[in-house]
Amino acid sequence: MPEVRLVNVSKKFGKIVAVDNVSLQVYDKEYVSLLGPSGCGKTTTLRLIAGLVDPDEGEIYIGGKLVNKVPPEDRGIGFVFQTFALFPHMNAWDNITYGPRVKGWDSEKTNNVANEMLEMVKLATRFDAYPRELSGGMLQRVALARALTAGGNLLLLDEPLGQLDAKIRLELRYELRRLVKDLGLTAVHVTHDQEEALTISDRIVVMRRGKIEQIGTPNGLYMKPKTIFVANFVGEANFMEGSVVKVEEKEIYVETRGGFMVRVFEKGFEKGEMIVLTVRPENTGLIKGEVKMKNCLFGSVESLTFLGSLIRYHIRLDNQDLVVAKVPISGSQFNINDRITVYFPPENILAYKYPEGGLRRELEIE
Amino acid sequence: MERFEKTLDLLSSKPSIRYLVYGSSIVFFFALILVPPILGIILKWDLMGQIFENPSLMSRATSAIYSSFAIAIFVATIDLIFGLPMAWFIARGKLRWLDILDTFVDIPFIIPTVALGYSLLLFWSGSGGISSLFGRGLVSPGWLLIILLHFTFSYPVVVRVMVGEILDYEQLYEEGARTSGAPPFTAARTVTLPILKQGIIASFILAFARSLSETGATLMVAGTFENGPIFINNAKNLGYEGPLIFVSFVLIAVACAIFAIIKLLGPRLRMPVRKVWPDTERVLSGRGIAGLRDGVSIWIFLVLILAPSLFVVLPAVNALTSGTFGQAVTGAGVWSVYWQSLVLSYALGAVVTVLNIIAGLPMALLIARKKAGKLPSAILDILVNVPMVVPSIALGVSIGLFWKNFAFFPELGLLIFAHLSITYPYFVRAMSAAIERVNIDLEDSARILGGRPFTVFRTIILPLTKYSLFAGAIMIFTRSVDETGATLAVVTKLKTAPVLLVSWVKGTVPATPLDIGLGCGFLVVFSFIILLTMRILIRGEHRHA
Repeated sequence: MPEVRLVNVSKKFGKIVAVDNVSLQVYDKEYVSLLGPSGCGKTTTLRLIAGLVDPDEGEIYIGGKLVNKVPPEDRGIGFVFQTFALFPHMNAWDNITYGPRVKGWDSEKTNNVANEMLEMVKLATRFDAYPRELSGGMLQRVALARALTAGGNLLLLDEPLGQLDAKIRLELRYELRRLVKDLGLTAVHVTHDQEEALTISDRIVVMRRGKIEQIGTPNGLYMKPKTIFVANFVGEANFMEGSVVKVEEKEIYVETRGGFMVRVFEKGFEKGEMIVLTVRPENTGLIKGEVKMKNCLFGSVESLTFLGSLIRYHIRLDNQDLVVAKVPISGSQFNINDRITVYFPPENILAYKYPEGGLRRELEIE
Repeated sequence: MERFEKTLDLLSSKPSIRYLVYGSSIVFFFALILVPPILGIILKWDLMGQIFENPSLMSRATSAIYSSFAIAIFVATIDLIFGLPMAWFIARGKLRWLDILDTFVDIPFIIPTVALGYSLLLFWSGSGGISSLFGRGLVSPGWLLIILLHFTFSYPVVVRVMVGEILDYEQLYEEGARTSGAPPFTAARTVTLPILKQGIIASFILAFARSLSETGATLMVAGTFENGPIFINNAKNLGYEGPLIFVSFVLIAVACAIFAIIKLLGPRLRMPVRKVWPDTERVLSGRGIAGLRDGVSIWIFLVLILAPSLFVVLPAVNALTSGTFGQAVTGAGVWSVYWQSLVLSYALGAVVTVLNIIAGLPMALLIARKKAGKLPSAILDILVNVPMVVPSIALGVSIGLFWKNFAFFPELGLLIFAHLSITYPYFVRAMSAAIERVNIDLEDSARILGGRPFTVFRTIILPLTKYSLFAGAIMIFTRSVDETGATLAVVTKLKTAPVLLVSWVKGTVPATPLDIGLGCGFLVVFSFIILLTMRILIRGEHRHA
């Protein structure tokens, strides 16, 4: 049974539609991320689940129960805020034991649970410190411990790592997932960081302008993005515009800018239709020199960036398009201004109908 | 003008000139604001012995002092008890008419206190007020009417401060409490209120000081009851110098002590947040209880505050339709003095406002930017507050005692100094807070780019604090126009409008109820017009800033 279910939920703030007819399910013990750019409605969706805002339309279920009229304190949740929201007038211990105390738990049970949580978040020695005395990473751990001690099965996290520096963020990312899985909780995690979402989630919900663009596993979203936006937002992608010149049973032929022909294993398009082709940089092959073969274009290396185990090349094609390729450092290496054959394997090319508002608009993040 | 600015610019570059400006502001503060009241008491210390020789007078004096503090503490407490729920309702409510309620809450604040006093006197004691429903005066002049009056004019102060605090407060803390399982009442009690503690203490102090200081309207409603300011006024009228010095001294000393204790111990006060009563607090969080609380808050505001405050409109309107208006316009009878008093009040307000700006700005800069060093600036910061917490009539007495040693000193000068002393802390407080909010990086950038100190002040600090400057000016102006206690203490011949109206109500000058009503009405209307004009000017500047 899904732990959380949203059915046709909408929320407006004045004229702004923050959440637009959203339906989704989060299963028991699943770790789901809501991913999207600023203003896409992911935080509002989270706050709707928490009961911190009321939906204008639709229904919200937690554990099979309709909770539209249920206040936050009765929904059995824990919530970790982006800015932690630790009570400044209480030390770490008082913050963590706040939930059990207000629910009337006896002191023995409260102390046991709180001690266990402090151990889990590795802050047992700082239980008497006030928020102003703790570092960013420690504040996040206290906030997490407080949410976990509240006793619910559902953990909601609003960009919990957003305030931390890069190294701590990386460390805590794995710890967070480990804790949630060890405790058998269901988690809904809001983030705008696609790498974070790809790393920790069982499934990802990509949102844009109040709507859900796609729901899927990290692998599924990355390898088979359903829309141009998802292809662009999750990972890097090269985009080429073209028109369909030939349609066969299991493939189409597309003429791109400059008259280059590309074969794509896709169907459902008509001859003469404008489409957009997408290829991931790591699926873009590079060969030195100009080698005549199918599905290739010629160009020159414009710039390169060393990424450790990979090198990223920016290549200016002869049709003036710019493509990005990522090549392992163990493979062939190229210099700036080298002439290059850029090869797009047909099985790695995705095709999309040309967007009504134009490609540029479709690629806009916000 | 350009040459003048260039000259000031060049002068401001010289450290000696800067020291002179800041030094002068410190000397001004000590020589004209802080020291004279202290010295005034010290120089007449020996006269205090008079009261020790008169046990019945001593008993009357101590009773009056006790009444002042008891009333002030009681009023400040009920202000919090009833004002906090109202502030919560206004700040957190989602109803459209809350904006109207928010505006109405300010009405007693805007009405000059002397008009407020007369309005309450008519409403609670007069035959035409609420008493008409009961066939007799419901609340006679005395301590209860004083409490109602002080509650009326200090309640908006508490509501205004707390609305601001609640709106500025980070709601995430409360959300953290709710998502941890706390119902709304528990979240408010254990998280929100402790975080707002500083604001609660500040509003308590403001309400306490306001009640302690109030004189003019209190005289109107006191009947035969005596608190500290009334005792001082009566003693002055009877020529009892020793007793009035004694009571003034005790009021000043105890007020300062209470203020210091609250400031020192207040932040250390720990609210009970650990103990929780889940079942009871869940019931208290229910919609029914919350609705009842809001309903009671609104009822108390409407019946105990708004209706009595606006009651003065009735006699004022009656006076318009009777011959009183014609007499007023032609300056016949008692009205000849009224217009002179009104002009004196507003002219005094204007002079005091200008002097405060000239003298107060350097002091505000000194405190905000710690130009005198960290410790001295902190000390100045505390000392500047002293005239604010001291009852104004006591302050007026001590100022009068000091300056009357200089026989040539005119009464108008005494009046200006008295009003300056009372209003100076308000302006310096407002401006120093505004200057502190200006990021110092902006000033440093301007200096690095070549701006001299005066240019930096003129082009960076002043534009960014213009709104606070105007708001501070309005505050001083209205405070000065409203001021009665210190005025009564220092002058005998000159009469400001509030002092004149008090004498009309007390019957020392034969004025009819219609005269008094219309006199109050004019004061209210002119104050509204001036305030509105100044607010429009401020908004215009704020938009262009």
